[in-house]
Amino acid sequence: MKILVLLSQVPDTTARIAFTNGNTQFDASGVTFIVNPYDEWYALVRALELKEAVGAGSVTTITVGAADTEATIRKGLAIGADEAVRVDVQPTEALQVAEQVAAYAKDKGFDLILAGKETIDHNGGQVGAMVAELLDLPYIALASKLDLNGTTATVERDVPGGVEVMEVTLPFALSAAKGMAEQRIPNMRGIMAARTKPLTVIPAAVTDNVATTKSFELPPPKGAVKMIPAEEAGKLIELLHTEAKVI
Amino acid sequence: MSTIVFIDTRGDKLPKAAQEAVTYASKLAGGPVTAVTFGNGSNLESLGAQGASKVIVARGVIAVDGQQLTKLVTDVAAKEGVTTIVCVQDGTGKAVAPRVAAKLKAGHVAGAIALPEGNTFKRNVFSGKAQAFLEVTSPVKVISLMPNSIPIAKGEGTAAVEEYSGDLGPARITVKEVRKAGVGIPLPEAEIVVSAGRGMKGPENWGPIEELAQLLGGATACSRPVADMHWRPHHEHVGQTGVAIRPNCYIAIGISGAIQHLAGVNQSKVIAVINKDPEAPFFKAADYGIVGDAFEVLPKLIEAAKKLNADR
Ligand SMILES: Cc1cc2nc3c(=O)[nH]c(=O)nc-3n(C[C@H](O)[C@H](O)[C@H](O)COP(=O)(O)OP(=O)(O)OC[C@H]3O[C@@H](n4cnc5c(N)ncnc54)[C@H](O)[C@@H]3O)c2cc1C
Ligand SMILES: Nc1ncnc2c1ncn2[C@@H]1O[C@H](COP(=O)(O)O)[C@@H](O)[C@H]1O
Repeated sequence: MKILVLLSQVPDTTARIAFTNGNTQFDASGVTFIVNPYDEWYALVRALELKEAVGAGSVTTITVGAADTEATIRKGLAIGADEAVRVDVQPTEALQVAEQVAAYAKDKGFDLILAGKETIDHNGGQVGAMVAELLDLPYIALASKLDLNGTTATVERDVPGGVEVMEVTLPFALSAAKGMAEQRIPNMRGIMAARTKPLTVIPAAVTDNVATTKSFELPPPKGAVKMIPAEEAGKLIELLHTEAKVI
Repeated sequence: MSTIVFIDTRGDKLPKAAQEAVTYASKLAGGPVTAVTFGNGSNLESLGAQGASKVIVARGVIAVDGQQLTKLVTDVAAKEGVTTIVCVQDGTGKAVAPRVAAKLKAGHVAGAIALPEGNTFKRNVFSGKAQAFLEVTSPVKVISLMPNSIPIAKGEGTAAVEEYSGDLGPARITVKEVRKAGVGIPLPEAEIVVSAGRGMKGPENWGPIEELAQLLGGATACSRPVADMHWRPHHEHVGQTGVAIRPNCYIAIGISGAIQHLAGVNQSKVIAVINKDPEAPFFKAADYGIVGDAFEVLPKLIEAAKKLNADR
């Protein structure tokens, strides 16, 4: 069982979102970076559980990013990944990231490729599907459950009004959403072991640019909140109907 | 320059998101477009009202197999000399649109929230805490529209429905079963959402939340701890790590308004907050607020909603 997990680095969920250079760049000053929660909590942990259940194999993480991502990459190793790969280039766009991952993975024979549902900074939910296309693999978006029986996998995902249960044969790729696993906190032994696990840095493949983020904008500040006394709570329904016109 | 739109129309009702995407594509193209879809959906000709002149449907494809559907979309695109492909940023779209983009080496706008200026599209980033302007520079563009981003066009016209006859290859993903969750309106499609948090004290107290949602014709949602404690099903969890929604009206009851919760709901048009703590952070993000005990406020809201329904 050879599993590849796509790990990205994102600003902490409580980070103040601000921009610099005429709103063209994220202002990273004072911001803590973390492993993207979907990648860490769901994709990586489920990969480790599957490896543990089979009792053999390896879990490799891959991150497309500059050297400043290495602390987050070590967190993945501390949680239990066997080895990590970093493709040495600043990510600029989804297809560029996917092409880097595909270039690395194409001749490695991974049985499973797991991405997170989406990065919490770019919110694209697209890199995993692009990797699957470039490697000609089936792909399931937003999986909430993954079980293996030999080379056959049962995968579930939430659909409007229910849960869809699917079957697919290895190798394939998916993006992991809530439900797939429970978050693991790295222990001291894991943190120590992570220091000596291999973190291989590889050069980037050449890719074409197909899209560029030109600038950012913060939403306009909210107007003042209109308070309604609790005794007259029913007025809220009236105001939502007559004033806001949303019910 | 020609435009097609790929939509999921399975089921007996045309999804709102599909009608929005056809509307968007035809506005983008400045005229009628071809829609591409799959499965056993009915009423496809009515997409003419949103600007589709033709609907090409692959009837034999039932499951969301991204490889088959990517072949379908790229086949039609090649045949019609298409340079713009509109999809929906939902479960189906996420399995297909990025694949189509990778195959055609096209720039992909994952979640456009408005019509573009030139080739520059606005989309949400940082979980709705900011927006970005993404310029697509490739000759072919794939644009996935965020649900609830534009009003549905209600024009005249009927689309010609044509069956796709090409070979899409075998399905590598098969659907074994669909377990119905018995929910009313799917959360991402709901215009009105009544949501509750840990302030409700326990799952046995959700009766009034459900009643209010039903009276207003809305869906119910909850904060993450509520789903984690199994008070409510997981698919109701909204926020940064749950479902991101953008209804017209979000009513939050007994939810503190943590930044991770706001990340999934801050795109709502109007937010009303009911919390007994006047310092609850949610009030800063609200349009309407009531400082009060949910158990006293809810009966008053239900009474007012009943009165409203009786009057209209
Ligand atoms: C990485 C990360 C991701 C997260 N993702 C999400 C997410 O996607 N969605 C999410 O919701 N959370 C998420 N969280 C958790 C989030 O930080 C909060 O802990 C959570 O939203 C709090 O839920 P709550 O408001 O229901 O509960 P609490 O914070 O306990 O708030 C309960 C509120 O109810 C009020 N209250 C109590 N009794 C009453 C009453 N009788 N009447 C009226 N009001 C009352 C209280 O004043 C309080 O404000 C995430 C956290 C992390 C670290
Ligand atoms: N720079 C990156 N390096 C490695 N994996 C990434 C990177 N960016 C995104 N991913 C993976 O792709 C998923 C979807 O990302 P996105 O399409 O940006 O929402 C993430 O949850 C990660 O698993």
